[in-house]
Amino acid sequence: MHSAFLSTRTTRIHRKSVKKGFDFTLMVAGESGLGKSTLVNSLFLTDLYRDRKLLGAEERIMQTVEITKHAVDIEEKGVRLRLTIVDTPGFGDAVNNTECWKPVAEYIDQQFEQYFRDESGLNRKNIQDNRVHCCLYFISPFGHGLRPLDVEFMKALHQRVNIVPILAKADTLTPPEVDRKKRKIREEIEHFGIKIYQFPDCDSDEDEDFKLQDQALKESIPFAVIGSNTVVEARGRRVRGRLYPWGIVEVENPGHCDFVKLRTMLVRTHMQDLKDVTRETHYENYRAQCIQSMTRLVVKERNRKDRSRN
Amino acid sequence: SLSGYLKRENVRSLTMSGHVGFESLPDQLVNRSIQQGFCFNILCVGETGIGKSTLIDTLFNTNFEDYESSHFCPNVKLKAQTYELQESNVRLKLTIVNTVGFGDQINKEESYQPIVDYIDAQFEAYLQEELKIKRSLFTYHDSRIHVCLYFISPTGHSLKTLDLLTMKNLDSKVNIIPVIAKADTVSKTELQKFKIKLMSELVSNGVQIYQFPTDDDTIAKVNAAMNGQLPFAVVGSMDEVKVGNKMVKARQYPWGVVQVENENHCDFVKLREMLICTNMEDLREQTHTRHYELYRRCKLEEMGFTDVGPENKPVSLQETYEAKRHEFHGERQRKEEEMKQMFVQRVKEKEAILKEAERELQAKFEHLKRLHQEERMKLEEKRRLLEEEIIAFSKKKATSEIFHGQSFLATGSNLRKDKDRKNSNFL
Repeated sequence: MHSAFLSTRTTRIHRKSVKKGFDFTLMVAGESGLGKSTLVNSLFLTDLYRDRKLLGAEERIMQTVEITKHAVDIEEKGVRLRLTIVDTPGFGDAVNNTECWKPVAEYIDQQFEQYFRDESGLNRKNIQDNRVHCCLYFISPFGHGLRPLDVEFMKALHQRVNIVPILAKADTLTPPEVDRKKRKIREEIEHFGIKIYQFPDCDSDEDEDFKLQDQALKESIPFAVIGSNTVVEARGRRVRGRLYPWGIVEVENPGHCDFVKLRTMLVRTHMQDLKDVTRETHYENYRAQCIQSMTRLVVKERNRKDRSRN
Repeated sequence: SLSGYLKRENVRSLTMSGHVGFESLPDQLVNRSIQQGFCFNILCVGETGIGKSTLIDTLFNTNFEDYESSHFCPNVKLKAQTYELQESNVRLKLTIVNTVGFGDQINKEESYQPIVDYIDAQFEAYLQEELKIKRSLFTYHDSRIHVCLYFISPTGHSLKTLDLLTMKNLDSKVNIIPVIAKADTVSKTELQKFKIKLMSELVSNGVQIYQFPTDDDTIAKVNAAMNGQLPFAVVGSMDEVKVGNKMVKARQYPWGVVQVENENHCDFVKLREMLICTNMEDLREQTHTRHYELYRRCKLEEMGFTDVGPENKPVSLQETYEAKRHEFHGERQRKEEEMKQMFVQRVKEKEAILKEAERELQAKFEHLKRLHQEERMKLEEKRRLLEEEIIAFSKKKATSEIFHGQSFLATGSNLRKDKDRKNSNFL
């Protein structure tokens, strides 16, 4: 009887959530030309950036960082997902990039602030949750690892949003180079005290396969990805890939890159956890800080009034 | 035309009646060049990790150096290393200069300056040697940069803002050959669009890159074709992979093998041809006759030299130099005189101040002395009075003692009488 109750309960939760639909806000950040848009298109099998205009070098000299949003509704087997992609065009592109992470941090804080106000309001029926659940940070594969700008960005944002580091355009790296670079980046992340998104440890009673998968996932950071907007013919099938004179790179081939791992993690297994951590950790931190500073202001104001009265 | 020139210069052209042998002059030139050896200096500008060292290794088929630079340098620096290479009987003194830390700083506004400074410094060194009275130009190790390979990141989009800024500051100082680095991440169709975009950005921003010369008929055609292929999309590797039954320089991926010297895979062979086989000499010549001459002219103009003096008469460098030297000498003398005067003046002033101080001090001294004298006289007077009193007192004492002694020898009644008398004096 006990298990029957649980199963009807979980079925009901399942049905209700399907009815309501899901939402997810994903931020992509990193300098131009690292394949961010192509990757987003590949992840969600859409063409979000059909009409975008790319700026040339001259136009980018004086460019400031913008925050842009693209929202799409996608559906799979009756489950609806409202996906919002937040872009940061201009990040890292100018000659002087001092504090170029600021507009990004401010955007994230603004979403927290809006939610905080809504949550404290009287009518809370239709609160819109625009908080950023995950930030894919693109690291250039052309260098030797993290650069000063990467460190600065991640340190400014790691306590505001779940950061998942991505090793972009990985088709420029041979397998030993990928391993070496991943190891170096992981070491540097630890060295600089950057707190990236941690995959939750799996329960001890999970089966071995799942545990191995989980372990493999943790050791794949940063995800070495390749994206593609085009479909090519490879090994008798039509796949998303990149055609070179020396061979075809298949985006969904786990032997070629970590794209599948990233998609699985982001969409199939950890999307809810990313939202939970955002709500339970990042947002709560923001809220606590907000309340503390408000309290401080109120106390200060009260003291000032007392003083002026006496 | 040659005949027109000869007519103007009053030179007649003659035919010889036999073989003289000066047709060997070019060979003599070659022999001499071979004896002297050649010198070639390459500057590589590009982000840390973009593949500068690997490409140079691949171009010269040598493992030159071996370590990875850090991304955390606070400034851009340049590192130069010179090597002696030999191929059959031709010796090449190759200097490779690499940027270190380029593109790593958060604020890159000053990144191009150390590069410009380095190029200028080599020009300056050469200029100094040229201007020496006793100079050794023919054994001088020419460190001027003959070519700058600019490494463009393979984003597939366009130039980076730093690239534009840097190349604009270098194009009047050095021959720039832009290359697309790590080009095995750009597909064929993307590459075409990328090259077109890059060249159009360079043109629209007025960046002058090096053009392979098309005036020599033997190489004009291939050079012109190559100019149309810029920037070269290159891949470098010193690793060898077995392809067919040969070991070739390549990069092995899970999806295939990129062969460095396969012209269908990348433009490496084109770069090697153009840079080393065909145009090395032109690069050296352009450096000397164009870039260096521009530097020299600007520098000398800055120092006040001119080719044409007042009244539009030509002025020789020596004359100008002498005039300058004289001017400087005069200037220096004037300054010395000025300083001397100032010194003398200062000494006078100081002397006056000291004299005044001395006078004041003297006056004070006099005043004090006077006071002292007065005080002394007063004291003397007091002393005198005191001494007189003492003498008077002593006399009185002596007298009363004598008197006292006499009355005691008599009787005690005298004492009483004295007492009474004394006492009655009081009444």
